[in-house]
Amino acid sequence: MSDLLDLTASEAAEGVRTGTVDHGELWTAYRERALADELNAFSWVSGEVTPPEVERNAPLGGVPVAVKDLFCTEGIPSQAGSKILEGYRPPYTATAVERLTSAGAPLLAKTHQDEFAMGSSTENCAFGPVLNPWDRSRVPGGSSGGSAAAVASGAAPWAIGTDTGGSIRQPAALCGIVGLKPTYGAVSRYGMIAFASSLDQAGPFTRDVTDCALLFGAMVGQDPCDSTSLRFPEPVGVPSATDLRGIRLGVPQELSGEGIDEGVLKTFRATLDRARELGAEIVDITLPHAPHALAAYYLIAPAEASSNLARYDGVRYGLRDPADDLLSMYTHTRAQGFGAEVKRRIMLGTYALSSGYYDAYYGKAQKVRTKIAEDFTAAWRVCDFMVSPTSPGAAFELGAKTDDPWAMYLNDYCTVPVSLAGLPAISIPNGLADELPTGFQIAGPAFSENRILDAAHALEQAIGFDGSRARAA
Amino acid sequence: MTDYEPVIGLEIHVQLSTQTKMFCSCALSFGEEPNTRTCPVCLGLPGTLPVVNAQAVHFGLMMGLAFGSEIAPRSIFHRKNYFYPDLPKGYQISQYDIPLCAGGHLGDVRLHRIHLEEDAAKLIHLGESGRIHGSSASVVDFNRGGTPLAEIVSEPDLRSAEQAREWLTLLRVTLRQLGVSDVNMEEGSLRCDANVSIRPAGSAALGTKTELKNMNSFRFVMQGINAEIERQTALLEAGEQVSQETLHFDPASGRLTPLRSKEEAHDYRYFPEPDLVPLAPTEEMVQAARDALPELPAERAERYRRDWGLPEETARLFAFRPELGDYFEAAATAADDSAAVATWVKDELLSRLAAESDPAASNVPPTMLAKLVGLVQDGRVTRGAGRQVLDRLVEHGGDPAEIVEAEGLGAMGDDGELATIVARVIEEHPDVAERVRGGNPKAIGALVGPVMKETKGRADGGEVNRLLREQLGV
Amino acid sequence: MLSQDQVLHVARLARLELSEAELEVMAGELSGVLGHIEKISELGDLDDVAPTSHVVAVENALRADEPRPSLPPEVALAGAPDPAQGGFRVPSPGAAPA
Ligand SMILES: [Mg+2]
Ligand SMILES: [Zn+2]
Repeated sequence: MSDLLDLTASEAAEGVRTGTVDHGELWTAYRERALADELNAFSWVSGEVTPPEVERNAPLGGVPVAVKDLFCTEGIPSQAGSKILEGYRPPYTATAVERLTSAGAPLLAKTHQDEFAMGSSTENCAFGPVLNPWDRSRVPGGSSGGSAAAVASGAAPWAIGTDTGGSIRQPAALCGIVGLKPTYGAVSRYGMIAFASSLDQAGPFTRDVTDCALLFGAMVGQDPCDSTSLRFPEPVGVPSATDLRGIRLGVPQELSGEGIDEGVLKTFRATLDRARELGAEIVDITLPHAPHALAAYYLIAPAEASSNLARYDGVRYGLRDPADDLLSMYTHTRAQGFGAEVKRRIMLGTYALSSGYYDAYYGKAQKVRTKIAEDFTAAWRVCDFMVSPTSPGAAFELGAKTDDPWAMYLNDYCTVPVSLAGLPAISIPNGLADELPTGFQIAGPAFSENRILDAAHALEQAIGFDGSRARAA
Repeated sequence: MTDYEPVIGLEIHVQLSTQTKMFCSCALSFGEEPNTRTCPVCLGLPGTLPVVNAQAVHFGLMMGLAFGSEIAPRSIFHRKNYFYPDLPKGYQISQYDIPLCAGGHLGDVRLHRIHLEEDAAKLIHLGESGRIHGSSASVVDFNRGGTPLAEIVSEPDLRSAEQAREWLTLLRVTLRQLGVSDVNMEEGSLRCDANVSIRPAGSAALGTKTELKNMNSFRFVMQGINAEIERQTALLEAGEQVSQETLHFDPASGRLTPLRSKEEAHDYRYFPEPDLVPLAPTEEMVQAARDALPELPAERAERYRRDWGLPEETARLFAFRPELGDYFEAAATAADDSAAVATWVKDELLSRLAAESDPAASNVPPTMLAKLVGLVQDGRVTRGAGRQVLDRLVEHGGDPAEIVEAEGLGAMGDDGELATIVARVIEEHPDVAERVRGGNPKAIGALVGPVMKETKGRADGGEVNRLLREQLGV
Repeated sequence: MLSQDQVLHVARLARLELSEAELEVMAGELSGVLGHIEKISELGDLDDVAPTSHVVAVENALRADEPRPSLPPEVALAGAPDPAQGGFRVPSPGAAPA
């Protein structure tokens, strides 16, 4: 069986189509592997011994997929990593998941995450932290840590997660796999339990760039149930580029110097050299407002979250404290149901929106958001892509940053500016620093996913990262 | 002592007559079993998103155009955040700094704004029994939750409770005529808040205003406003201050009670709804709304005064009850004297029909009423006989001319028949005749009655008088 | 630095009960984070900068007014912590919403 698990998802899908792989055996192999998981990556694993029927020649070839807990799946626990939704089974399924299953990727498992996607280590999970397959004393990153760990450890052929300020790219980097955060609006948010509505985007976790393009292609598309979803302007192709001739990679000094670990910077610079060898031109760019992105993000995201999480009130579903007066029912239910980080952000967001502070905080943050978007627009005049380390550091030890919120927030230093501008960005494995994976981020203009995937494909070949060690365990 | 002038502004929430809710595809509810008109969106389930109902926007534009408001080229929805069991998401999606429509007027009252939002669910109180420890409980029914609402806010242009009630009536018929709402207060499809302040008559400055919440009948609106005017007047005359607060009016006791204590001061934390995109009515959308506008009551009343020469009161009656207007117009076009037709419809026909009923559905088609009015106007039937004919028409229908024939109700020509009857009556009342001849012409009146009786009201009063005088030689 | 009263006020708005201990920790942590966030006030004049609330450039995403089947009530109530009489039971609110 193990050779089955070694195939990339695309290889497996191709095998199913050509008859060299039996999709029943593939399902069983992965289901058993998922059930044997020791990283606490999964919140639920399918009980189906025989795989759901998949039509022949389905684009995803019957290769099963793991899905972040916060995607609503009909009749299957969808808890967003929170005690307040423990055991909650929605009566409907998220559009993104519907698309995957109808494209031939049956639901294998749901994965653990930081509560309501608030975190960068998956330690804020009501059902226990997820471990990093490269070093089980360390975090997988977050908030989509379960999906990242599942794919990196080979317990799932591929998975999907969500990225609000870096929650796909950062765990992908820390687990040594590929993660794509699409253009805002490219993938429907309908059925995604919301964290920050104007930033949340769903995207794939895969072993390589080719798998990423295949899974992403099955997710995109406008959805009448999501007013903010957009028609993807072109079909998503299979990335094939092997060089970067004529491509200008912009390196913002703001994201490639101060605050970035030395080891991470070394791998980053090494990859820039490879890019040059592949024909790319490296240009220095500036994103003057990037240093303020984190501040703007930690006003906008919590503000939206404080409102999005108001529905968890003990009335219609989820946890309910049996208090006899309404106010206590609310305050006790929410006090018991939410974890420390979620409470912190609800408080921060409520404060930022409260009368007398709106203009100084939320209002100002929205203006900074405008300036950051303008910074990128200016950058696209001198370069095709913005590149940077995905995360300032490699995987850190469990508990290392839990007592210092801001230190934890700094994990998203390089990813947040891109999120605020609603732009697409990929993180690809960028070699090891002290035996731990690092990530290389490539961001581009809206809807440039095809070109980003091509560039990522060329670099992937040159870097030649080997993730098998994490799967061997 | 000074007398005070009330300054009143109204804030009306009206449910729109769409097929589905504001942000989801659930059919609107009309008293179904609890929670049978819900879906993941209007239950506020995790992960769901709102999508704006195009028809609600269309209705909003129709209202704006009808009232001459300015249509915002680009308006956005906001979230109004507060916790309440009838609010499934913990926020109401509404419009805030940029409403769909701004300004405009209805009648002589200016409008401040009209915006779109979603209705809350219904709380059914269970009482003590509903819960352990004797404390009371309620049950939430989400059928109504998410029903499209238009919030219509007037400027403080009203000066009395009566005027407020009249204006609300105009608003109701106008909205019905527009077809944007059935405006049925009993079913809560129109709810009214009032901002009330008073000031010394003649002064231009505004006094401190209070807000009366959720009065759900026009009568209560009037009672509530009057009660509040009295309360404020009493305060000022006692040399006290009116404090700005929200009040609840209890029609039963007639008492006004503060709705919120100060320290529970609310902070709605409005911010742009990130799940929705801006609303920017296109020329097509606006034109479609314009094309959908019917003639409105105010315009119609004006037309009746102008084109048909109807008196104010009649014009308003026919304009505010479109079915009467339609009937009148049909009858008037078939007749020569529209003023006479109006009178017959208003004074004669309506009094013979059930209240609020549509004359078109009666036994008297407009053409037949027109025919009857014609007969009366050119003297072939007296007004009195005409009334008898109308009785028959209302009862059995038919053709007025034929009824006149059959029942011999036609006015008498000058073929001497009347003269003969007059002569006979004089013979039968020699004493009266004597008194008249004896120089008491007034006594003649005593002979008119009998003649009329003999002629079953077919004779013309003037003619009867002339013949009596002639034959009595006075 | 946030005072404990401010934190209490915000907690009330957010319907979160905080114990004495939590209150103190929360005040400290929020103040710490706000300390970093205050940096955006260093940014010069942003008065004539338009705020961004939507990154997508779409307008008028409207839905046709066509009814779709609603959920069966038993499904709507499936997750209800305290169902009663076909609805969701809650302690009676006192006055109208604040
Ligand atoms: Mg309102
Ligand atoms: Zn619904």
